[in-house]
Amino acid sequence: MSDTGFEFSLNRVAAMVRRYWYLLISSWPRLLDLIYWPTVQMLMWGFLQMYVSQNSGYFASAAGVFIGAVLLWDILFRGQLGFSISFLEEMWARNLGNLMMSPLRPTEFISALMIMSIVRLSIGMIPVTFLAIAFFGFNLWSMGLALAAFFVNLILTSWAIGIFVAGLLLRNGMGAESMAWTIMFLFLPLTCVYYPVAVLPHWLQYVAWSLPPTYVFEGMRALLIDHVFRGDLMLEALAFNVVLFGGAVFAFLKLLESARAQGSLLQGAD
Amino acid sequence: MDLAAASAIAVENLVKRYKAATAVDGISFQLPAGTVTGLLGGNGAGKTTTIAMIMGLVTPTAGTVSVLGAQMPKQRYRVLHRMNFESPYVDMPMRLTVRQNLSVFAQLYAVPDAAGRIASLAADLDLTEFLDRPAGKLSAGQKTRVSLAKSLLNRPDVLLLDEPTASLDPDTADWVRARLERYRTETGATILLASHNMNEVERLCERVIIMKKGRIEDDDTPARLLARYGRETLEDVFLDVARGRDREVTA
Repeated sequence: MSDTGFEFSLNRVAAMVRRYWYLLISSWPRLLDLIYWPTVQMLMWGFLQMYVSQNSGYFASAAGVFIGAVLLWDILFRGQLGFSISFLEEMWARNLGNLMMSPLRPTEFISALMIMSIVRLSIGMIPVTFLAIAFFGFNLWSMGLALAAFFVNLILTSWAIGIFVAGLLLRNGMGAESMAWTIMFLFLPLTCVYYPVAVLPHWLQYVAWSLPPTYVFEGMRALLIDHVFRGDLMLEALAFNVVLFGGAVFAFLKLLESARAQGSLLQGAD
Repeated sequence: MDLAAASAIAVENLVKRYKAATAVDGISFQLPAGTVTGLLGGNGAGKTTTIAMIMGLVTPTAGTVSVLGAQMPKQRYRVLHRMNFESPYVDMPMRLTVRQNLSVFAQLYAVPDAAGRIASLAADLDLTEFLDRPAGKLSAGQKTRVSLAKSLLNRPDVLLLDEPTASLDPDTADWVRARLERYRTETGATILLASHNMNEVERLCERVIIMKKGRIEDDDTPARLLARYGRETLEDVFLDVARGRDREVTA
């Protein structure tokens, strides 16, 4: 048997996914919560969009920019939150010691959390996309291939941030919990979700263009306003995401190593 | 003869320092396969940290730990499927039922015929009627039995127990000890048991390691410890060591 953490068992990943699924379906308020906020956000921005478009020729020609932005932002935000909440469940349940002492590898643990992030996102977002069609005639699915490119890039960023936060939680315990809930809001102004990058001060534009989601939101505006799919932006985002994701996995493994050195995996140890 | 290779657990000059505090201070011992050893000591003696280093959950500052021939924590994935543990410092997800919890761990440990193994453990540990109850709705004694069931799921060759009967009433505690004795007899597993309960250690352990302030103060069979300290119970021996009277006794 390998000494490293790189041997991979789909069976163990499936065990963890099963465990999170049991948790999810054991509480209907948690299930409802997955749909509640995306629906509220979509309705609020949708009605705002309706109002603005009736008073502005520019926005009338760019129907769906706000709703599209809010839906894509939710993929980014709730993708990370779905990852982090599944991880936090282990800390809340004081179950990390059991898992770390089991044959479960860190890579398998991360894979299970990524799968659950998609499961939670699907439960929350798919109904909301149909509500957007019903209320505002905005069909996210009509973006087709572009939507797939947007989704891949956003979910990769959300996982990278989720993995990094999980490492911080391992290393620093529940003191780092607030990071799980708030870290993505740092990306909200910088990734230009609701406005073009050109709006930012010149020096801040460099920061914005170093973040993969910025390319996605610019790409979405190009699609909805100019009706052009910017494949170049998606490839640049993917390149940044590969670096970000690799860096996050590396940081997670280093923070796990540090947690073992600090003894923080076994809460309450004497 | 290489003692580390011959022992189920071999600890050599093990040290763990947390900033200014030294939790474990240069301890060494070997546990032959199939033995039950008690790790005694007061709060802060370093028992839990020692067990955590044996499990690979904590990296030693210095020294080595070998379990079933694998160096911990570096080679832990060679042996984790042959080990298990129970500790009051970890818990199981409360919203999951006992059966769901056990089945997830059975899959993680790749236990063959998981459903049959869970049913058999549940019958053995008197858990059958609680299998479909959420873990959070069990009493302390029932939770301990579930944790014990989890620790026995994979029929471990090395079983590490940290205060396995803490918070149990005397009857349930005695019942748990009987199950542990039977498991050792049936499987020949090596058991290391950290405890404050002297009756438990006297009953289960053929060897006792007494720790104080991160060091091993004494290490022998219960009978020889009683004889050496001139005491009738291990509790008196423990108090002698805890209060520093051991030096007077052995002087």
